[in-house]
Amino acid sequence: MKMKSLIAGAVLAGATFSTSALYAADYVIDNKDAHASINFRVSHLGYSWLQGRFNKFEGQFSFDEANPAASTATVNISTKSVDSNHAERDKHIRSDDFLDVSKFPSAKFESTAFNMNDDGSAVMTGNFTLHGVTKPIEIAVSKLGEGDDPWGDYRSGFTGTTEFKMKDFGITKNLGPASETVYLELHVEGIRQ
Amino acid sequence: MAISIKNTRARYGLAAISLHWLMALIIIGMYPLGLYIDSLGYYDAAYKTVPHWHKSVGMVLLALLVVRLLWRSISIKPKVLFHSAVQKRVVKLAHSSLYTLMFVALLSGYMISTADGRAIAVFNWFEVPALPAVIDEQEDVAGLIHYWVTTSLIILAGAHALAALKHHFINKDKTLSRMLVSTGRA
Repeated sequence: MKMKSLIAGAVLAGATFSTSALYAADYVIDNKDAHASINFRVSHLGYSWLQGRFNKFEGQFSFDEANPAASTATVNISTKSVDSNHAERDKHIRSDDFLDVSKFPSAKFESTAFNMNDDGSAVMTGNFTLHGVTKPIEIAVSKLGEGDDPWGDYRSGFTGTTEFKMKDFGITKNLGPASETVYLELHVEGIRQ
Repeated sequence: MAISIKNTRARYGLAAISLHWLMALIIIGMYPLGLYIDSLGYYDAAYKTVPHWHKSVGMVLLALLVVRLLWRSISIKPKVLFHSAVQKRVVKLAHSSLYTLMFVALLSGYMISTADGRAIAVFNWFEVPALPAVIDEQEDVAGLIHYWVTTSLIILAGAHALAALKHHFINKDKTLSRMLVSTGRA
């Protein structure tokens, strides 16, 4: 009995694997033509938002409408590419007060699970490495669309949002009680390979 | 006998003396001011004002340096006192290093603040516009250069001061007094 269910499990696993291998579409994030952006905002004193972004990153994802649970994503971010539209502030953000980019030149997200709801909203769980600290985070994902582009490729796009506290990633510089949380907003467009 | 504006072979004139000591005083003040800026926290009241002063004064220094170099280029150089050929060469190298370090210190400071195309407001009186950025992450590279060059400048200026004092008190020559107003005749 036990043996039987084990075999059934293996067959099922094999079937799932082959399905995803057959249909999962692999995409490369279009950073070359900048149809993707990684944006962050932090409250400024509690009065407004400081909005910035990372200009250099690369990544790929896999998404298959028929089997969304098999979706995966990996994104590497060059921390020194931080851009808040103010050189003196960017210099400060890159310093060891915050990102410490000479020690931690990259940040990384690697997905571990993807759960899609019927309404199209989804949650991607994964490990986020920032400032040398790796922690699981959840990204709320919504799919914007997919289809042929006018230049012969096939594209699909998502938006993701997440938030984390700087001190959870060992960034202990305190900008005040209103400014402890970083809100990330990712706009990702991939070109199918 | 009043000191003339211009240099003579024997001593520095009023213009060179004023430029030398004015810039010396400002530079000696700017270095600890820069370190103080580095130590300021986000919620310190001085977080915005002191960097604004530092940058403004820096731009004034740059203008003074240009005037000083121009004045120097059209002035008679007082003759070097009691030096061997080797000493003369060392002194010449030290002096040109001081000028170079001053210039690089000011230029690198300017390149930090203008890396994103922002102008530098000089005491909210006028603005020095930005030039196009030269390299990626210019503010970081320029910041590093600014720190090491200004530190070198302060150290070399210290050696320069010690050398002047040595001439004054040990060699008992006019090296220092001809750069001063109070000792009058030379």
